[in-house]
Amino acid sequence: MSKIIVISRDGEERAIEAENGLSVMEAIRNAGIDEIMALCGGSCSCATCHVFVEAGGETLPPPEADESDMLEASAYRRENSRLSCQLTVSSALEGLTVRVAPEE
Amino acid sequence: MARFHDVLIVGGGHGGAQTAIALRQNGFAGSIAIIGDEPEPPYERPPLSKEYLAGDKTFERLHLRPEAFWRDRAIDLVLGARVDFLDPTLKQVVTTGGERFGYGALVWATGGRPRRLDCEGGDLAGVHAIRTRADVDLLRSELPAARRVVIIGGGYIGLEAAAVLRKFDKSVTLIEAQHRLLARVAGPTLSRFYEAEHRDRGVDVRLASTVSRLVGAEGRVNGVVLASGERLAADLVIVGIGVAPAVEVLRQAGALGTNGVLVDDRCRTSLADVFAIGDCAARKSRFSPTAVRIESVPNANEQALTVACELTGRERDHDAPPWFWSNQFDLRLLTVGLSDGFDVEVVRGDPATKSFSVVYLREGRIIALDCVNAAKDFARGKSLVANGVLTTPGLIADVNIPLP
Ligand SMILES: Cc1cc2nc3c(=O)[nH]c(=O)nc-3n(C[C@H](O)[C@H](O)[C@H](O)COP(=O)(O)OP(=O)(O)OC[C@H]3O[C@@H](n4cnc5c(N)ncnc54)[C@H](O)[C@@H]3O)c2cc1C
Ligand code: FES
Repeated sequence: MSKIIVISRDGEERAIEAENGLSVMEAIRNAGIDEIMALCGGSCSCATCHVFVEAGGETLPPPEADESDMLEASAYRRENSRLSCQLTVSSALEGLTVRVAPEE
Repeated sequence: MARFHDVLIVGGGHGGAQTAIALRQNGFAGSIAIIGDEPEPPYERPPLSKEYLAGDKTFERLHLRPEAFWRDRAIDLVLGARVDFLDPTLKQVVTTGGERFGYGALVWATGGRPRRLDCEGGDLAGVHAIRTRADVDLLRSELPAARRVVIIGGGYIGLEAAAVLRKFDKSVTLIEAQHRLLARVAGPTLSRFYEAEHRDRGVDVRLASTVSRLVGAEGRVNGVVLASGERLAADLVIVGIGVAPAVEVLRQAGALGTNGVLVDDRCRTSLADVFAIGDCAARKSRFSPTAVRIESVPNANEQALTVACELTGRERDHDAPPWFWSNQFDLRLLTVGLSDGFDVEVVRGDPATKSFSVVYLREGRIIALDCVNAAKDFARGKSLVANGVLTTPGLIADVNIPLP
């Protein structure tokens, strides 16, 4: 289990316990935060799991081409944009802070 | 006495679940129940022919929401219960067990049932469909003992299953009645590409062939006989020949529709306070001049949001084109728009590189794209299709020039 901080669209901050090995998207969904649609269930196909990594992302591997390509189409893409389904929870991510991106 | 819910949702799949979720997100305070005939709380269906069949994901990871979520949001889940009667005047439904439920608004989100082979032997043991978790659990329990698998139907589900089974090193024969794979949903270039890929990975693809009967011993399938007379040995058969919308109950209650139940742009059926969404609903849109059923998760979600807005008095003018994905081997297909009725197919990139797109035009306008390992084209394609952009093949064929 690792602690992840999720900031919802209305700015509310919640610390959640995320199971190592799952994706950050799954961890957010399992915590009952329903702002992330994750339509494709983590197939890197929908970009509805878009988050901004606000802190603690130093150890994250950079996005692969598919993830970047999907993000490129987002009107809200920023430097720190990621698809949360492509991020795997591990103890290295303890304290990771992500903000849910606006709805497209 | 009937239990009453302000919103009663029949079908606990993608559409039903999303309707309930979105109602609460929109601040709906009335009572909500979902009646579903599967025993599990709402889960994702696409992995059934992909990661779940492959054993790469456990069922726990397919839940659309954790169990506690439904309780916390006061969404009643009535599981393992099938609705088989609707009285639109009394505004009640009745389950097989005889339980009555009254509603303020009814949302019909029952998806479809896999079409069965209606030939001799179609109901032998060892003949499988892939629609529910139970289907796949049964299939997986029989896989270890099976060496030769025959898949009937060359649509996405059949092809995805073939890809997984080749990974397990099964001998796979795939039978398709049409002259090409994916004939109903894609153009010939994509069909040929997938045919070649499946053949390369050892799938024995039989086009233009139909099944005349299944044969077996002691009630269990052991062969498939083709119309040509050829007999294929089979330890296991998977049937993926489409789904029939589950709308008998609605139709009996008087709802209009021929293929599925007909709904308007706000997903209302012809019955008062009865909505229908997802695989079972046929709707016209900017992208389809005739009412069509679209079988995809994004479509079920989109229509769920439409109903949730309608029931909470919110405007929703959303008009994004339909889209879909399919994963086979290392090929990630993303498709947007409906290619049906295209007059020109433009291939962008070289299929031999396994990264290319097919852009479909009708009267010069972009109506759909199929993108194989080409997420960038898909991402751009969404707005091209949404805007029905006018173009010429010369402008979009060169991969070195990004799509407009
Ligand atoms: C194997 C497979 C792979 C797929 N892959 C993809 C993919 O990659 N991408 C994609 O976008 N789409 C995919 N789809 C399609 C997608 O899953 C469907 O379009 C989507 O599930 C439709 O949602 P729905 O709510 O309309 O129906 P469903 O999700 O099918 O839910 C309907 C539910 O209602 C229940 N029900 C039916 N009748 C009754 C009744 N009378 N009373 C009570 N309950 C009832 C059903 O048992 C079911 O649980 C796939 C489908 C399958 C089967
Ligand atoms: S869940 Fe669809 S891209 Fe992440």
